[in-house]
Amino acid sequence: MADAGQVSQREAAPPHIIVRDLTMAYGSFVLMRDLNFIVRRGDIFIIMGGSGCGKSTLLRHLIGLVEPAKGEILYGNVNFTRADQTQRAALLRRFGVLYQGGALWSSMTLAENVALPLGEFTDLSPAQLREIAALKLALVGLKGFEDFYPSQISGGMQKRAGLARAIALDPEVLFFDEPSAGLDPISSRLLDDLILELRASLGATIVVVTHELASLFTIGNNSVFLDAESRTMIASGDPKVLLETSTNPTVRKFLTRGEADNGERSHA
Amino acid sequence: MSPAQNPDGRKREAVVLEKKSDSSLLVHLQGKWQLGHDMPSSSIVAEALSAQPAPARLGFEASELGGWDSALISFLVATYDLCRAHGIEHDQSGLPAGVRRLVELAEAVPEKQGARAVVKRIPFFVRVGDLTEGYIAAITQTFAFIGDTTIALSELVRGSARYRIVDLMQNISDCGPGAVGIVTLISFLVGVILAFMGAVQLQQFGASIYVADLVGIGMLREMGAMMTAIIMSGRTGAAFAAQLGTMKVTQEVDALTTMGISPFQFLLLPRVVALVLMIPLLCLYSDLMGIVGGAFVGVSMLGISPTSYMRETIHALSMTNLVLGLIKATVYGALIAAAGCLRGFQCGNSSSAVGDAATRAVVTSIVLVVVACGVFAVVTNFLGI
Repeated sequence: MADAGQVSQREAAPPHIIVRDLTMAYGSFVLMRDLNFIVRRGDIFIIMGGSGCGKSTLLRHLIGLVEPAKGEILYGNVNFTRADQTQRAALLRRFGVLYQGGALWSSMTLAENVALPLGEFTDLSPAQLREIAALKLALVGLKGFEDFYPSQISGGMQKRAGLARAIALDPEVLFFDEPSAGLDPISSRLLDDLILELRASLGATIVVVTHELASLFTIGNNSVFLDAESRTMIASGDPKVLLETSTNPTVRKFLTRGEADNGERSHA
Repeated sequence: MSPAQNPDGRKREAVVLEKKSDSSLLVHLQGKWQLGHDMPSSSIVAEALSAQPAPARLGFEASELGGWDSALISFLVATYDLCRAHGIEHDQSGLPAGVRRLVELAEAVPEKQGARAVVKRIPFFVRVGDLTEGYIAAITQTFAFIGDTTIALSELVRGSARYRIVDLMQNISDCGPGAVGIVTLISFLVGVILAFMGAVQLQQFGASIYVADLVGIGMLREMGAMMTAIIMSGRTGAAFAAQLGTMKVTQEVDALTTMGISPFQFLLLPRVVALVLMIPLLCLYSDLMGIVGGAFVGVSMLGISPTSYMRETIHALSMTNLVLGLIKATVYGALIAAAGCLRGFQCGNSSSAVGDAATRAVVTSIVLVVVACGVFAVVTNFLGI
């Protein structure tokens, strides 16, 4: 199968993000401990788990908004947790993040939102900036919306505009926080297609926080499963493989929408 | 027991109990069991279940039941709980099918152990420790904020700060021209009040003309700066906290940080600079309006001619007082902007946290302004200014 071939090829890809013995805590309250996983270059890596188990917090650790209570995060061979200011800034420049609500800057138009990171880190002229911003917006299907303010467009469009901003600098790693939350099934499907397209065209590594089953089976080729009860990860690997082989009842229940545990119950 | 009404207007019981020969209890449900329809009381059933000798079984009969909704379900669930507590069998075959299904649904998942909030007594020393930790964290945060702000300001001085001129202009327009109306009103009234207060005393010595001195010096040295600061902390300080707090809630601040753009340069600088630039101008304007207010009282009520009031005012005013007032206003402005931004950046992750941030910004900035005013008073007194 071509798909399986692709997967095995990716297994051989060099590690991109390495998480070692990560413990996440708010003050003295430990949220998750002993997280160990590797995201390889070109992976679409899913962080999954029930609501409130710390998926988004793990994402915030990965992008450096929260410092680990213990353990470390490495990007390639750079230790992100121990990096100095310049190393850190250089790494941040290669990240693209799509926040849950889009997090567009509300006082700026869409074009200005996309152009801001470009203007910060390149020497483009204002005309060129605008041109590239328009291109990025066109890539996410928002051609012609350059001069709209975030409050003037719908939630799904805000999310896509957020994506345009996230890919403004052609990032090496893209982070998505619940990309399909608040989107209708068709928009969320289109977003999935867009994510696959971005991986193919940018060659980026993609980390997605989601609990949308349809989406995580479609796009994910590696994952980590966080469990709120035991406060650690209880599974990792390709979600499709996990669905077939995992013996952990919590993981099975999650991946089958609770049907694995009570198969005897009729669903007519 | 509250009665339900029959169509013919006669009052009727909602629950009628019938004791059967085989020591079972049959409950006849009648009339409307709906929320907001003068809900029938069900205490009679509870009493019957607790009575001795207790019935062995509980049954229902609902042929005369009118409309029903959650009111009935809640009554039944409570009754079943009682039955279980007293070891009484219950049989719900006499109830409508919809009612049975809803009751089953309500009882399908057993109560989760430990889900109910338990009121725990926290030992005194633990509480003291927690509070101390909280204060230490707050102090650390404040120092970190002062440090970050200083770094941003030094970047600004070196000309390498990143912020948008548009944002600066927008903030200048909000803090300056936008506040003129309210400053006019308040300052004029403060001038009027000062003049009245002075006039009562000074008239007794026939020295009403010195009202001009009182108002002039009072406004320039103290009240102009103080009133402007109070207005701006309520108006602009709160706005800063609410804006930054909302940006924190919507993760706009996070988006800046992960893009490697310092929120302190991008968000705080334009606000602090705008307020520090605008507040001396507002203070100057406030001084003027206060003097106009004093003159209004002096001319219209104390019978002082406009020219002599003006001559006396000019005589009383000194450059020292004017400059001192402007310096005070600038310091107040910096404190208000910093307090507003600090509280905004400290904001939690909910919409109520934004409200709290705005409230705390106003409280903090007014406290800081009054403390600074006290420090100025002591220092100027010491220096003999």
